[in-house]
Amino acid sequence: MRPLVLLLSCAALQCAAEDIPSRPSPLKGGIEFQGEAIRAMQADAFGNPGMLWVDRGAALWKAPAGARKVSCASCHGADGSSMNGVAVRYPSYVASLGGVVDLEQRVNACVTGNQEARAFAWESQELLALTAFIASRSRGMPIVPDPSPDSDATYERGRSIYFQRQGQLNLACTNCHDASWGKRLLSEPISQGHPADWPAYRLEWQAMGSLERRLRACYLGVRAEMPAYGSPDLVALEVYLARRASGVVSNPPGVRR
Amino acid sequence: MILGKIQVPATVKAGEAFEVRVLVQHPMETGFRRDLDGHAIPMHIVDKLSCTFAGREVFRAELGSGMSANPYIAFFATASRSGEIVVEWSDDQGDKGSARATVNVA
Amino acid sequence: MARDAAMRRRSFFARLGALLGAAAIPARAQIRFQPPQDITPFIMEITKGITPEKSGVEVELPVLVENGNTVPLRVRVASPMTEADHVKAIHVFAERNPRPRVASFFLGPQCGKAEVSARVRLAGTQTVTVLAELSGNRFRVGPRDVLVTSGACLDDASL
Repeated sequence: MRPLVLLLSCAALQCAAEDIPSRPSPLKGGIEFQGEAIRAMQADAFGNPGMLWVDRGAALWKAPAGARKVSCASCHGADGSSMNGVAVRYPSYVASLGGVVDLEQRVNACVTGNQEARAFAWESQELLALTAFIASRSRGMPIVPDPSPDSDATYERGRSIYFQRQGQLNLACTNCHDASWGKRLLSEPISQGHPADWPAYRLEWQAMGSLERRLRACYLGVRAEMPAYGSPDLVALEVYLARRASGVVSNPPGVRR
Repeated sequence: MILGKIQVPATVKAGEAFEVRVLVQHPMETGFRRDLDGHAIPMHIVDKLSCTFAGREVFRAELGSGMSANPYIAFFATASRSGEIVVEWSDDQGDKGSARATVNVA
Repeated sequence: MARDAAMRRRSFFARLGALLGAAAIPARAQIRFQPPQDITPFIMEITKGITPEKSGVEVELPVLVENGNTVPLRVRVASPMTEADHVKAIHVFAERNPRPRVASFFLGPQCGKAEVSARVRLAGTQTVTVLAELSGNRFRVGPRDVLVTSGACLDDASL
């Protein structure tokens, strides 16, 4: 029974992948569009600057917090191995939350719901550290988009945003990341726009940032109004990108230009 | 406290140079940037770093704003017997940090 | 709140203009508004007038720098690193950085090898100069040209 279910769900996934109107071929993760120095920095388990956030996240993971004075480790185990392969499945539909959430929102739901602590602010060092730590437990794993039909509507919303021209430059995501990937904007190669390796340390920011921040930077790039952190538009876009990137190997924390 | 970490090889040979790698978490603000409201962000950098092995200084650095954020430095050291290697750093506001590792001479 | 938004918008456009401007202008023209500084005085201050030898300093930098904020640098100085003959210090200068003095590293025979790595900031295409201070009041210098490019997807206002 189990293999059959697996087979069916794989078939459904395959089907979904083929339906995706903009799946570049061959699929190339963002790291393949970085130069040699950046690729070396990401691969360096000690020298990758994102590992500073991973280490900090590992410490936070074990720190009791909130009214209930429990740590992540209290429920999920001290070494975080229970998080293996979790980040590559996000965003996901979470029944207990009644909606589709990304990794940052999932962490905060746990912080407020189970620790009864105050939610971490978006892009706070703590949230970046925790998500970097959790994501690091998916190093080397392919992106496995949420197969739940409950995320289909969110996917549809993301898909329509992806093809919507916007901003003063009147560009849609697809104009760069499908029509022009591999070409250059000034000296910068245009990527296929996959969400692999996030959260990532971006040299331009000189800091760690979430995928939502990177997406907001794209809105800024086309001179469009940036959606607020955690807005349904950004989460929907993340869902669309995850299905589009199904199978792309993720190595968080990433390093980007 | 300024966080950071150190890496040395698992074992080293007596008297043979081995690489010591250090990574420190710090914004290394140059003093030339402005925030989104246009206010100048004051300079704030880790300006000193030093390394001792078994209590004796091995290496020292004076850093400027030309060092990257989250500074990374690697250098070489030698050891004739096993001991503790300590790296300490401080910024221009007097904040400090350190990391240590055991050097095992095989 | 409205003022805040207006300020953000204004600084956004200012930044955008600066970034696009800097990125679109070729390296030679960039040098005109951000001229390289003469680093001779910095070097003379250390050498006290002794002319450094132009050999024995190997400077490793990427051929093409993708972002000047974090540039991996490795310096190797030819030296036996003995008590009698060793490298005492390695100084790094970037002539087009607003503060050319990037870092000074102090070594000794206990290092066993005169090699230092760091990640540095480089404000544009320029010559990076590394000065090695050797025992016996000797100096070696190694200049290295580096091309710093600008990407198009620059921002730090996305936060």
